Amino acid sequence: MARIQLRDLCGARSGDKGDISDLSLFADDEAAYEALLREVTAERVKAHFAELVTGDVERYEARNVLALKFVMHGALGGGAPRSLRADNLGKTHGATLLRMWVDVPDEVAANAKRRERPPLP
Amino acid sequence: MRLGGGQGFYGDGHRPVDDLLAAGVDYLICEALAELTLAILQKDRQRDEALGYTRDLPLYLQQAMPYVLDGRTRFITNAGGINPVAAGRAVVGAARSLGVSGVKVATVVGDDVRGRASELSLPDGALFANAYLGARPIVEALDAGAQVVITGRVADASLFLAPLIHAFGWAWDDYDSLAAGVVVGHLLECSGQVTGGNYSGRWWENPDPMRIAFPIATVDNDGSAVISKPPNTGGMVTFDTVREQLLYEVHDPSRYFSPDVVADFTSLSLEDLGEDRVRVSGTCAADPPTTDTYKGLVCTPAGYAGEARLVYPWPDAEAKARAGLAFLRKRAEENGVPVEEWREEYFGVNAFGGSTVDRDFEPPEVIGRLAWRTADKESAGRVAGEVGVLGLSGPPTISGMGRGGGARPSQLLAVEPFYVDKKLVDDQVRVEVEEV
Repeated sequence: MARIQLRDLCGARSGDKGDISDLSLFADDEAAYEALLREVTAERVKAHFAELVTGDVERYEARNVLALKFVMHGALGGGAPRSLRADNLGKTHGATLLRMWVDVPDEVAANAKRRERPPLP
Repeated sequence: MRLGGGQGFYGDGHRPVDDLLAAGVDYLICEALAELTLAILQKDRQRDEALGYTRDLPLYLQQAMPYVLDGRTRFITNAGGINPVAAGRAVVGAARSLGVSGVKVATVVGDDVRGRASELSLPDGALFANAYLGARPIVEALDAGAQVVITGRVADASLFLAPLIHAFGWAWDDYDSLAAGVVVGHLLECSGQVTGGNYSGRWWENPDPMRIAFPIATVDNDGSAVISKPPNTGGMVTFDTVREQLLYEVHDPSRYFSPDVVADFTSLSLEDLGEDRVRVSGTCAADPPTTDTYKGLVCTPAGYAGEARLVYPWPDAEAKARAGLAFLRKRAEENGVPVEEWREEYFGVNAFGGSTVDRDFEPPEVIGRLAWRTADKESAGRVAGEVGVLGLSGPPTISGMGRGGGARPSQLLAVEPFYVDKKLVDDQVRVEVEEV
């Protein structure tokens, strides 16, 4: 097994509905998807976000596009037009989840496709 | 059937719309209403009863009008916001000022349920209460020959589903086709977000990112579609950019609720055809495929907010910023300002990531952000009045915010979902068609 940060392994996008933050993770192949299924559970995501998410976290699977969906309740300080948070729309929550470290098979880590960094313009 | 996604929010770019029109679309569809947008429009309407729609609507109309007049393109938008009647008037006015005649403009009303607040057990004093309408009234407008359709709170994807129903004659219980149309709509409703915008992969490889394109869907009569973009534009359409938009803000992807059908997004296939073309096919409806209710949003006042940002450099930037914010909080307390909620954030430290951030570093600079909520506007302003004192009497080396200036207090709004019997709303929906 190898330890890898999600930023190197998958993509992420997040948005809002009311006080709910809605976050997706995207794997690049089946093996990576299986690793995400095992590692990135609703419980771990809830623990990761700690004080940022006060309610429950639900996870949904979209295997057809190799994606996991997380629906996080109580995640936006009352919802965008009511919130005092700078990120009142949860746009950064995808990035925040990419900070998580997971244990994956060596092969999955070796095939991780997101290690490249953008050049500074 | 070619649909163009011409707008993803109020404030979106206009130039990519010209590229869509030049590339040829049967329908230009502009989605103007996020949850937050209704709140913004509500503040407009509070100031002026003739407002409450997105004010750049006439500009879109001006762009689309040559193509509408040629019979090449029809224009559908929910830019009517919380005042579609006023928006319809603005459109007719704009068309007349362009010297246009012979264009049929339809206005859809009836999503506003404020007048039935007690019947629906909605809170008193709602600033707006709107149900998300589906595709039906737009189909009715198109069937009546409308070339321009202005609505209020119609669900985003339904704006795109409607012309497909009109063109292909899908039955209202042909749920799989309706679900496929909802997928097409969902993929197009956020404009550049399916063509490389906000893409979390190798975003820096977006070709010509200054000219990122808006999307086109070429749809077959079975609802399968190819997502693409106009030629000679920036951005990209790939399996990756399309799947990121597919799941955007959908909650349970196997049960995506729209007013017209519940779609199962896990049933479909995406195929990257290369050259900025992705095929989406095989979409099924969920089981059960419909609901008896429309979702709505109700908005009530929730006090006022103020905000201050203090900028400090290394060394000890975070400690200084924390001391600066503590100073403001203490002064508000001493001045007896009734603050109901505080929020402290430190950009450069962990403003977004909170406790997920590894704190084992010393940042080169930190912006301390303090936000507060009060019941009244005056109190919100009083907290900020103490910021200036920090210039000479606070922690060392505070810097200016450039030309950032101080934010004035703003009103906070609570927006809550509700569910309303479809029949009750349908009975009050009207489609008014006027020829300019």
